[in-house]
Amino acid sequence: YLYAHLRLSIFPLDTGCFHCSERIVQLPSWNGFVFVEAVVFIFLYGFQLVSSLFVSFQACHSEKHVGQFYTVPPAHVRIVFPYGLPRRYIEQVKTFNEACLMVRQPALEVISYLKKTDFSKPALRYVFYGVRGSGKSLSLCHTVHFCYTQGWLVLHIPDALRWVKDCTELLPSSYNTSRFDQPLQAVEWLRNFRTTNEQFLSKIKIKQRYVWTKREFTEEGSLLGELVDQGISRVKSSSDVVGALMKELRLQSGQPESNFRLAVAVNSVNALWGKSNIMKEDRSAVDPEELTLIHNLRKLMNNDWTGGAIITTVSQTGSVLIPKSAYLPQELLGKKGFDTMDPFVPVSVPNYSEKEFESCYLYYMDRHWLQHPQSLTEDGKKELIFLSNRNPTMLERICSSL
Amino acid sequence: MAASCVRTVGSFLGKCGNSCSSINSVTSQLSRQVLRRQICVSSALHRKNQSNRTPPKFTAEFIEQQVEEFNIGKRHLANMMGEDPENFTQEDIDRSIAYLFPSGLFEKRALPVMKHPDEIFPKQKAVQWGEDGRPFHFLFYTGKQSYYSVMHELYNKIQNLEKYQDRLRAKGLFSQDVKQISLGSSRWLTKEEVEGVLVETITDHNYNRLIQLMERLLSMPYCALEEEFVMRYRQQLETQSRKQTVPPLQRDERGVAFSTAEGRRKTSNSTVVLRDCGSGKVSINGQESIRYFPVLQDREQLMFPLQFMDMLGRFDLECTVSGGGRSSQAGSLRLAISRALLSFLSEGEMENMRQVTVFRSVAAGLEGCSKLYAAVIGRFSVSQLMVLSAWRSCRWLTGQLFRPLALLKKLHLDKSFHIV
Repeated sequence: YLYAHLRLSIFPLDTGCFHCSERIVQLPSWNGFVFVEAVVFIFLYGFQLVSSLFVSFQACHSEKHVGQFYTVPPAHVRIVFPYGLPRRYIEQVKTFNEACLMVRQPALEVISYLKKTDFSKPALRYVFYGVRGSGKSLSLCHTVHFCYTQGWLVLHIPDALRWVKDCTELLPSSYNTSRFDQPLQAVEWLRNFRTTNEQFLSKIKIKQRYVWTKREFTEEGSLLGELVDQGISRVKSSSDVVGALMKELRLQSGQPESNFRLAVAVNSVNALWGKSNIMKEDRSAVDPEELTLIHNLRKLMNNDWTGGAIITTVSQTGSVLIPKSAYLPQELLGKKGFDTMDPFVPVSVPNYSEKEFESCYLYYMDRHWLQHPQSLTEDGKKELIFLSNRNPTMLERICSSL
Repeated sequence: MAASCVRTVGSFLGKCGNSCSSINSVTSQLSRQVLRRQICVSSALHRKNQSNRTPPKFTAEFIEQQVEEFNIGKRHLANMMGEDPENFTQEDIDRSIAYLFPSGLFEKRALPVMKHPDEIFPKQKAVQWGEDGRPFHFLFYTGKQSYYSVMHELYNKIQNLEKYQDRLRAKGLFSQDVKQISLGSSRWLTKEEVEGVLVETITDHNYNRLIQLMERLLSMPYCALEEEFVMRYRQQLETQSRKQTVPPLQRDERGVAFSTAEGRRKTSNSTVVLRDCGSGKVSINGQESIRYFPVLQDREQLMFPLQFMDMLGRFDLECTVSGGGRSSQAGSLRLAISRALLSFLSEGEMENMRQVTVFRSVAAGLEGCSKLYAAVIGRFSVSQLMVLSAWRSCRWLTGQLFRPLALLKKLHLDKSFHIV
């Protein structure tokens, strides 16, 4: 039983996690089981850890786990990241049949800040920034997963750029005629939100009455779940539903009677203040301000609410009309965005350090991903270092299939 | 057998109505005679074949006249350009003509040229017999008098050398280690070039015999005495390593060794400073290599010299590059890195590197910098090339791939390069 369970839970675990067992709040029970059993196992047999690559659940990550991989349980992957992970990473997950994230310094830093947040103060904004391919999106996902395991309500916008680029359907907003609605994107996001925060939908009640059309309205005091269902079923008013949802959560999150913490995670937040790709019928460009979704999201970005945190990334990849060399928050957010986001905590996400590169290389070798015999030698490793310059994305692209 | 042939010939001739040769004569000389076939001729064939026309003959007076005109024209040109007519060299002439007749044409042979008549008019044989019809040269009736005279001369020299060696042996002064002719930087003239020198056509067989005899001369220990004669039939090569100056190894304030070198490829120029720090940092024009060269192929080009010498993580590269496209910039950086690396290497390693990396540039140079060659030949080993060219559908590719190898073989250079 011990053996089978350990094999299922993948690898022997790090002994450094004893003190953390009482902190685990809302985890599925089998994780705790595995942990205890592993401790017993180690005590009984007292052997050296075979693979120090892998650590247990990330709630108890600390400085000395930097460079090691942890596995996101498959159930979590489906719930927390229905649409959150970068495309290439999803392919890797499918190939390796597991979602392994590397524990890195920037994510650890933000997680430690989150652990120490004072929820009576206004929400702090964290911004991950770095060169292209350095791991900002995955650091964000790591943080999001942490928030989920701690039982926070996660408002995860996986890619704000998708709301600002290549929108096929644009409806004039019913609420405010100068703005535009994006029904498809809104519906998709609401579905993902519903999947991620299933448990909160039946607990939170909305405090205001919303009228959608002449005959449809949502009463005060009804559940959040009903609001979300309304948005999903009635596609035309879905953008307004998103706006209403955000407003409700923002108002309720700091209140003493609400028992949830709100984590707002936005990837590529510079899209909110940048330029957009979408054009009106008369071929003039649409300002992001004129899009309902963006407008409501901007209100969320202000730090005038309490009881949570805002974690974002800024990225040049995919952004509209921004030079490739820009990677600092100031360049990417622009003047307006910077003024709105200021003050924020910038967290730099660098390329892999030597230890992290080593770890990634060993992970690929362990998964038999590096097939070329040259790549298993020392010289091959030096080649990889030179060609990828220790950039995570570049390394992944070099090692990937043709 | 003969009878059937007669019948066919007869019917054939009958059909074509050839009345020139009677059937009797055909039957009697069947085995020897070439059967004359009447084929349909078009009027086009009646026109003289242009390429078979003999080149125009210039008389000696004509050439003299041209030389006079050239000299006078040279003085006029110097006058026009305001230069001294007495010291007007051929380079000055070329410069002035390029100035006076600017042209946008790329083909060098189409540009206007003013050169000495000896370089323009093809060399022709002077009249080889006197007024009485008797030829001047004793070998005239061989048909290839210059060729056979050279062969005779060569053989004479060989015999003289042998006699000389015998005399030295008799005196007891014979020694094996005498100064030899250095042949490393030259090659034998090709058949076409020999034909140009001798001003007459020779066959392949003749050419091979000439080379054989030359080799025999060179195999003798005292051949250095005839060096001048041998060198007349050898062409100097521009070898890269002779001109390759190794950049000096400098040290900066912290004591870290570094060397600087430049490289060029097509229209890109680059400079590389190689520091012996121990980190593998690469910066190009101030940016990271990933940022400057997003394409993997270009970064691989940077990596090759260091990888070949197994010095990947040792050096710090500080590069500046300008001009050209991304491929040529990567190529120029690669050359600059190899040059800078030379100052950290020993002689043997340098020779090793030359033979491998130069092959690629020689191939590119020979075939006019075609990207296909440079990329393909430089990146594949011969075994891989053979596999590639084994595809039936790529028969043309096979020919193209091995053209540089074939050309090298022709130039007798295939032994001097180690093909990787």
